[in-house]
Amino acid sequence: MSAGIVSYGAYIPRYRIDVGEIARVWGADGEARSKSLAVYSKSVPGPDEDTATIAIEAARNALRRVNIDPKDIGAVFVGSESHPYVVKPTASIVAEAIGATPYLTAADYEFACKAGTTAIQTCMAMVKSGMIKYGLAIGADTSQGAPGDPLEYTASAGGAAYIIGKEGVIARINHTVSYTTDTPDFWRREGQKYPSHGGRFTGEPAYFKHIINCTKHLMESVGTKPSDYNYAVFHQPNGKFPMRVAKILGFTKEQITTGLLTPYIGNTYSGAVPLGLAAVLDVAKPGDRIIAVSFGSGAGSDAFDITVEDEIENYPRHMGPSVMELVENYKMVDYAIYAKFRRKIHLGV
Amino acid sequence: MAIPRFWRHIGSRYNLVGTKCKVCGKVYFPPRDVCPVCHRKSLGSMERVKLSGSGKIYSYTVIHTPQKDFEMQTPYVMAIVELDEGPRVTAQIVDCDPSEVHIGMRVRAVLRRIGEDGEGGIIYYGYKFVPERTSAKGAQGHLSVK
Amino acid sequence: MRRVAIIGVGTTKFGELWDKSLRDIGIEAGIKAIEDANISGSDIDAIYVGNMSAGNFINQEHVAALIADYAGLAKRHIPATRVESACASGGLALRHGFMAVASGIHDIVVVGGAEKMTDVSGADATATLIMAADQEWEAFVGMTFPGLYAMMAVRHMYEYGTTKEQLAMVAVKNHRNGALNPNAQFRREIDLDTALNAPMIAYPLGLYDCSPVTDGASAVVLAPLEMAKKYTDTPIEIIGSGQASESLALHDREDICTMKSTVFAAREAYKMAGIMPSDVDVAEVHDCFTINEIIATEDLGFFKKGEGGKAVEEGLTERDGEIPVNTSGGLKAKGHPVGATGIAQAVEIVYQLRGEAGKRQVDGAEIGLAHNVGGTGATAVVHIMRRVN
Repeated sequence: MSAGIVSYGAYIPRYRIDVGEIARVWGADGEARSKSLAVYSKSVPGPDEDTATIAIEAARNALRRVNIDPKDIGAVFVGSESHPYVVKPTASIVAEAIGATPYLTAADYEFACKAGTTAIQTCMAMVKSGMIKYGLAIGADTSQGAPGDPLEYTASAGGAAYIIGKEGVIARINHTVSYTTDTPDFWRREGQKYPSHGGRFTGEPAYFKHIINCTKHLMESVGTKPSDYNYAVFHQPNGKFPMRVAKILGFTKEQITTGLLTPYIGNTYSGAVPLGLAAVLDVAKPGDRIIAVSFGSGAGSDAFDITVEDEIENYPRHMGPSVMELVENYKMVDYAIYAKFRRKIHLGV
Repeated sequence: MAIPRFWRHIGSRYNLVGTKCKVCGKVYFPPRDVCPVCHRKSLGSMERVKLSGSGKIYSYTVIHTPQKDFEMQTPYVMAIVELDEGPRVTAQIVDCDPSEVHIGMRVRAVLRRIGEDGEGGIIYYGYKFVPERTSAKGAQGHLSVK
Repeated sequence: MRRVAIIGVGTTKFGELWDKSLRDIGIEAGIKAIEDANISGSDIDAIYVGNMSAGNFINQEHVAALIADYAGLAKRHIPATRVESACASGGLALRHGFMAVASGIHDIVVVGGAEKMTDVSGADATATLIMAADQEWEAFVGMTFPGLYAMMAVRHMYEYGTTKEQLAMVAVKNHRNGALNPNAQFRREIDLDTALNAPMIAYPLGLYDCSPVTDGASAVVLAPLEMAKKYTDTPIEIIGSGQASESLALHDREDICTMKSTVFAAREAYKMAGIMPSDVDVAEVHDCFTINEIIATEDLGFFKKGEGGKAVEEGLTERDGEIPVNTSGGLKAKGHPVGATGIAQAVEIVYQLRGEAGKRQVDGAEIGLAHNVGGTGATAVVHIMRRVN
């Protein structure tokens, strides 16, 4: 019996900043920026939120929807490029906060924006091998772009959690493949507050090459074509890239719209594909087929071929907030408040 | 705060673990070793229980002159929350504009950063509460797909 | 039990005493009280010092021995005891001095209260004051001391319709009284608009709803009543003393519109004194925040529960009202050097009962009450004093 998604939960911080507001501060043309990125606003974590708190809320939302003893979760993996500690795992904080401790394994993952999907793969392997009954995989970030850097328009916060298991599967993961190369398109050195990137180099040789090859590899492996899928979720650093990659691969706008959140909440990095997939699962029906492909700079892609099971009809999705509810519950802040919340302003005391 | 002083309360701070007196059934938060109702009879009968985290606001205030760790959040709402199991707990109310808060407001517990031991020290996580929203009520509006 | 009288009082000026240290002010108040009592150092059998937090304010513990030492008493080796119960430290020191004399263990006892609060930053003073609340379950989660009293105010408004204007009226009255007190920190009147429009500290409490950070010390000299006449023509007898406790954290109380500690301490004091609340001619109550003057005047039995706000509005607590409250200016205007406050309240009552309160004198005051609270009411101490004719 193959492993699949037993439950999922999402979390997006409540605050948003408009792309135009960021552009105003840096003397850029907000409308043009917004249009070129296809991003209108991005989520901003509150001053008391970080990757651990986002991961915990997402995990708790996943647990709300399913009757699982947290002690049956044998592994917690948190994928993020913004763990609150460089040394000291986020995963142990999450495990404690959901009551899964102490008999489990836990670790943090980092692979730019794809660490969350890699965590799903690890959980699948552990579940399939019988090492654990359930695994909890989370992708969450409170990513930062340097003030004034193009990344600042999109780097945002959010996350989603997946409970992987064999029993009570609401969406079967039929197959997963990855595609990895050493491509230095985006990085953050030890001790640096903000990441650096290769500008336009992050496009063709990085994002597009990895996603396209990984997606093709998956479809070849399972013998599918784009039209076999009801939904497609691609990593979404902005609103434009996923639309273009979909077009190149032969997917339609309709297939990707449900899982495309970046225009409203920005790039949630490790949370991006997990959140996009969660938005699809919020509306999916039994038999629906989903393809989800992440991308992490550095660089790699993980692709998943998923079939929604009949079990989803009995699954109480309403027990946790839907992604759209989280997207729509927002409060706009201006750049000054944003800068304060993100600790871009330091107090003089 | 010294590390062990934070660490030993992680159960209560993350998961609202309190105690229930097995003699009279009353629930307490934070945990107590002696039941103020049953006194000596309760010794050895105080059982750890995880509280649901749902409750309503009994009283509140909006702090304008903050503690050091809360300067970035000022003004912020603090409240005494009456949990559904009975005990009352003092906590910050977040994701809530000061103008929204009122006595009787339904809230639920979330986990947030409470403070930190300086920029290089450990981070203190703990319970705070958010308004229990049934829908996107309280939001500024709906973003339509452009 | 022996009857006990206050035979001398002394106090420093209250305020930001930049040029004075804790030991300076402690000694100054003590010497004034000793002079007032016509005794000399060699007459003193013991001293008690109320002090909340010298350890945090000036990094100095062991302050009772320190003050005895600098009072020149080190070579006499008399017992010197510090008493701590947050802002009720002074009142509680007085009670311990009272008990020592009443029991016959000591005859002449000097009870002082002192706090030096301005040697630390405002933020550090705030952090120290919240130590009077539950550090783990109130302070840790973001609560401030004004915030706790603000929650009492919000609930009192909700339950009884108390208004922000009524809170402000407490401040206006106490500033009016403080203007007449030469030792007060704020010797100026304020109008209602000023109080109402002040910057918010913790909703609904604005700046003028809060007592200030103050340096100051006060002292009294106690003696058995039968010996008192030897030293003074105007002994003031302590006819009632009560103390009670309550949960440390505010959230553990069934009703936060009342301080059970005040109710129980007052009940004990009234019983010992054999009087009713209506017999009290003048009262100093613990108005660390305006809401607490309202709550205290209800809990002390001056007004029915919920009517404290209306009582202020109707002028019942003015100097010429039914029950004059905080003629000294209270903690609000006189200042609130936390450990000294309980003693300073007793000093004001002594002035009133001796007829030495000058322009703020309540005519014919015979019985006075001092009410001192620690934290948010985890401790309350009530003393009732009477002029001995």
